[in-house]
Amino acid sequence: MMNYSEPPPGGAGQAVQAQALTVVRGTREVLRGLDFTVPRGQITGLLGPSGCGKSTLMRAIVGTQAKVTGTLDVLGHPAGHATLRTRIGYVTQAPSVYDDLTVRQNLAYFAAILDPGRAAAERRHENVTRAIADVDLTTRADALAGNLSGGQRSRVSLAVALLGTPELLVLDEPTVGLDPVLRRDLWALFHTIAATRGATLLISSHVMDEAERCHRLLLMRDGELLADDTPDALRTRTATETVEAAFLHLVDEAKKSTTKKEQTQ
Amino acid sequence: MTTAPVTPTPTPASTPTSTSTSALNASRTTATAIRVLAQLRHDPRTIAMLIVLPSLLLLLLRYVFDGSARTFDGIGASLLGIFPLITMFLVTSIATLRERTSGTLERLLAMPLGKGDLIAGYALAFGTLAIVQSALATGLAVWLLGLDVTGSPWLLLLVALLDALLGTALGLFVSAFASSEFQAVQFMPAVIFPQLLLCGLFTPRSNMHPVLEAISNVLPMSYAVDGMNEVLTHTDITATFVRDTLIVATCALLVLTLGAATLRRRTQ
Repeated sequence: MMNYSEPPPGGAGQAVQAQALTVVRGTREVLRGLDFTVPRGQITGLLGPSGCGKSTLMRAIVGTQAKVTGTLDVLGHPAGHATLRTRIGYVTQAPSVYDDLTVRQNLAYFAAILDPGRAAAERRHENVTRAIADVDLTTRADALAGNLSGGQRSRVSLAVALLGTPELLVLDEPTVGLDPVLRRDLWALFHTIAATRGATLLISSHVMDEAERCHRLLLMRDGELLADDTPDALRTRTATETVEAAFLHLVDEAKKSTTKKEQTQ
Repeated sequence: MTTAPVTPTPTPASTPTSTSTSALNASRTTATAIRVLAQLRHDPRTIAMLIVLPSLLLLLLRYVFDGSARTFDGIGASLLGIFPLITMFLVTSIATLRERTSGTLERLLAMPLGKGDLIAGYALAFGTLAIVQSALATGLAVWLLGLDVTGSPWLLLLVALLDALLGTALGLFVSAFASSEFQAVQFMPAVIFPQLLLCGLFTPRSNMHPVLEAISNVLPMSYAVDGMNEVLTHTDITATFVRDTLIVATCALLVLTLGAATLRRRTQ
C-alpha cells in the first residue's frame, strides 16, 4: 500500500527502546511490562481503544510521566533526560496553546523557549512562518487562538511541535475532529517530515483506517501490546483484509487465551 | 496475555535531571514576561482594572475620612502596600492555574524551560504592572489627596513593589493547591484576609492579644504595613524600615522558591 522508506543510514536503528516498561497511576497498573522498539525515520502508529494506555505511554516517552519502571531509552538517552527536551516535539490530545494570544504569538513564544537569544531571532521567525504554513494556518496567523475552530486550535498545537525540527515527534491523536481533506493533508505532511527531515513519528489514533498509512504499528489493549509489526505483516498473519479486522482478530484471540489460562489455573 | 510482571523491575527508567535547567536564562525569562504581558494586552479591561482600581479606592477612602486627615494618612499608607499584594495575588493565582489546566505548563516543562525562568518571567511581568499601578496610586495619594508622608514617596513605591512581588509569590504558590478557579479565588480570603486583620490596619499590633500579636509577627503583610508606616513618620531610612523591607523581600523569595517546587515535570 505504501512505499516504506528504509531507516536513514547511521541512525543507530531505534528511536525508542522499551523493556519491561511499567507505569502505575494511583493504584492501577496502566502499562504492564511493555517491550517494543520504534525505528528511526519512520511513522509508527500507536493504536488501541480509548483508555488502553496510549497517552500514558506517550507521556512516559517524552518524560512527563511519573512512576515509570523498566528500561525506556529515547534517542539514546533515558526518557526524560534534559538534553532530549529540544529534540522531541510533543502534542497532547487537548490543544495546549494560549487562547489569549494570536497563532503567531503562540509560536513565537515557544520558539523563544526552544531557541533563545537575540542572535536566533531571524531563524526563529523563519521557523515560526514555516510551522504556520506546515499546518495550513497562514491566513489565520494573526487570529487569537481562542477564536479559532477546534480543528484549527489543534493544528496550532501541532505547529508548536514542528518548531525547531525535532528528531522525534510524539503526536497524541493529532487528527481527531478534523475533516477528511485536512486529515489527508496532515498525513501527507507527516510522511514528508519523515522522508525529508528523517524524523521519527509516533502517532496515536483510534481511527483504524489511519493505521494503513503508518510504516509500523503498535496495537495496544488494556495496558498491553497485542502486536508490533508492519500493517502488511499484520494482515497476512491474521489472514484479514484490513488492519481493523486484524486488530479485532487479535483482541478475540487475546480474550480466548485469557479465559483458557484462567480455566487451567 | 495476563503475564504482567508480579514485581515490576525496580530500575527507574530515567533519572530526572534538573541541574541544567534550574539556572536562570535571561532570554527565556524575558520571553516569558513578554508573553504574559501580551496575553494581558488582549484583555484591556483587566489591565485597566489592575491599574485604575487601587487609585479609585484610595479616592473613595479619602472622602470616607474627609473629616480626619490623620486617619487617612495611617490607613491610606497601609493600603498603598496592601493593594498591590492583593491584586497581584489574585491575578497570579488565576494565571498560573490556567497555565496548569490548559496543558501549556506540561508542554513548557517538556521543553528546555527552567522552572526559575517561568517564575521569574511571571514575577517580571506582574512586577512591571505593579510599578505602574503603585506609581499611579502613590502619586495620587501624595500629590492630589494630601497623604502626609514625612519620608520619601520613592520608599513607599519600593515597599509597594516588594508587596506586589510577595503577592505574585503567594498566588503562584497557592495555585498549586487549587484544582479549579472557584478554589483559587477562595484562597484570597483564606490566605490574605487573616493577614489583613492582623497586620495592624484595624488596630495597632501592640494592642492585640499576645497570641494574636505573636501570629502577626510571623505574617509577612505585617512587615509590609510596618514599612509603610515607617516611611510615613520618619524622614530618614530607619533600621526598622530596612528590617521590614528585608523581611518582605525574603518572604517573597522564599515563597517563590516554594512555588517553583510545586511545578512538576512529571504527572502522577
